[in-house]
Amino acid sequence: MASIALGPAAESRETPAHLNEPAWVRVLLIGLAVLFLTLILLVPLAAVFAEAFKKGAAVYLQSLTSKDALAAIRLTLAVAAIAVPLNVLFGVSAAWAVTKFRFRGKQLFLTLTDLPFAVSPVIAGLVFILLFGSRGWLGPFLAEHDLKIVFALPGIVLSTLFVTFPFVARELIPLMEAQGKDEEEAAVSLGAGGWRVFFRVTLPGIKWGLLYGIILCNARAMGEFGAVSVVSGHIRGRTNTLPLHVEILYNEYQFAAAFAAASLLVLLALVTLAVKSFVEWRHRRHADALAARERQGALREEAAWR
Amino acid sequence: MEVRVDQLSKAYGGFHAVEDVSFRIGSGKLAGLLGPSGSGKTTILRMLAGLEQPSSGDVYFDGRRMNDVRPQQRGIGFVFQNYALFRHMTVADNIAFGLAVQRKSRTDIRRKVEELLELTGLAGLGSRLPHQLSGGQRQRVAFARALAPEPGLLLLDEPFAAIDAKIRKELRAWLKETIGRLGITSLFVTHDQEEAVEVADEIVILHRGRLEQHGTPEAIYREPQSPFVAGFIGESTIVPDASSLRGFEEEAEHHQGLIRPEYVELFKTNRPPAVRSAAEEGVVRRQFFRGSFWEVEVEAAGAQLTVHRPLEQEPLEPGEPVHVLIHRVYLFRGGTGRMAENRRKTDPMPVYL
Repeated sequence: MASIALGPAAESRETPAHLNEPAWVRVLLIGLAVLFLTLILLVPLAAVFAEAFKKGAAVYLQSLTSKDALAAIRLTLAVAAIAVPLNVLFGVSAAWAVTKFRFRGKQLFLTLTDLPFAVSPVIAGLVFILLFGSRGWLGPFLAEHDLKIVFALPGIVLSTLFVTFPFVARELIPLMEAQGKDEEEAAVSLGAGGWRVFFRVTLPGIKWGLLYGIILCNARAMGEFGAVSVVSGHIRGRTNTLPLHVEILYNEYQFAAAFAAASLLVLLALVTLAVKSFVEWRHRRHADALAARERQGALREEAAWR
Repeated sequence: MEVRVDQLSKAYGGFHAVEDVSFRIGSGKLAGLLGPSGSGKTTILRMLAGLEQPSSGDVYFDGRRMNDVRPQQRGIGFVFQNYALFRHMTVADNIAFGLAVQRKSRTDIRRKVEELLELTGLAGLGSRLPHQLSGGQRQRVAFARALAPEPGLLLLDEPFAAIDAKIRKELRAWLKETIGRLGITSLFVTHDQEEAVEVADEIVILHRGRLEQHGTPEAIYREPQSPFVAGFIGESTIVPDASSLRGFEEEAEHHQGLIRPEYVELFKTNRPPAVRSAAEEGVVRRQFFRGSFWEVEVEAAGAQLTVHRPLEQEPLEPGEPVHVLIHRVYLFRGGTGRMAENRRKTDPMPVYL
């Protein structure tokens, strides 16, 4: 961790002594980092599983297979299944519009895209209550037509959409910016229409970035608490997502059950991280392979020169 | 396909990238758009392709107005400066792209791709990916890909800019020959005057978004119509007041003078020219060996002149005084110019009052 990259020439792993810090500085800094990580991340993580299994595996399994727990899991999955594809659709179109075209108000649009990052999730939830609640702007209209949005699935999906809005777009915009629009222009000059350009030229170039954005978006969609808490109404077995379920159980002093549900969310996070690392690794390996071949190409060219 | 551009302009905000440019390129010609960076040449090329919309003015292909025709329907091939190959597709798929768009049958596509691989000297490389190729090979793929749908007009943006000097020379010759053989009207953009002169049938010179001159390379070299063109094409020295030069006193009054290396001859002091009064006295400043000749910088008549001296002539030394005979000067005034010969050379005994 304490070594400094010296460029391609520095092949040896050991950093020469004159470029390194004294031993005690290294031990102190590394020790501090490890201590911090342990206290903030590892101990709490272990505590979740310890608490979950405190009353044995039977209780753990039972609390996960209870009617309410299963309903919460189903709802969480349903919300993610609706919100993530919608956000992918939005994120890809937004990134495509922003990076491949010039239009008035582009900067404003980019700022709006970032809004959910800046606003507290509770406010995101409240906005929907004010809009669709019984005393909200559209409340009377909705009541008249017997449409339920707040305290029901649509409200939960809407607030999740709001909170996860920027994830895919923000992942893709820098990537597509860097790739430029030359390939798209080349495709257009060869006669290709918009859809063909997108599916044959743009999409293959951004697939790893897109996958990464989807993973992050999904993790947030399943774990969102604040915004969903405001609009859900906490109706057990009907509008409780997994994070809300954890809170209810905890407030009712059912610690083992609460931590069992929490452990599911932790597992989800761990799986997400694993998948994310795998995607990153695949992507890096792909890029490395490209770079290696690039170097070979340069060598070949040099050889052709002689 | 004949290309005509009529009073074409493009402005970005208050900046005029292209201003009131008109020219016509005959069918089957290979034309070069030449100018320094920022002269608007790439913008013109992109407007021809439909990738950029003109602010005013018209583009005609074979007499048909193209302004409102989508780039997909213009029937052009475009070779981008950095080639813009589809990086995740093989060479063969890259070349086949335009054919697949046209919904050609699979066997037709395969046959055409093979044919183009052969033509561009890429046979056997069809299954490679772009990053597995050298720069020169990538350029050929870009060329083959643009040619595949059989466009009526080929547009090339700085086609040789990213290639090694030696391979560039070979590619230039190859491209000129191939385009000539196919008979396809082509326009290429370059900032390299040597490249334009070597490759193009005709050259359009641009400067700050305006057309400076349009003609064959030879005509432009012989008769530049503006100081900018004169300075941009070929090596030259501009003398602010040409009447200060010996032999041009009367003719050149109020004219600027352009002097190219081949207009000037140097004589050692022990071997003066036949008509001594026609020559300036000068001093050799520097001398460079250029392989097949010496490039000599001499100071004469208050100007720094560049002269090419054959190797078989006696070598000179820096600091050595020499006779500098200026055979002819290209004279400018306003936007027009003409060639003037040294009067004293032909009239050995001029009468001066």
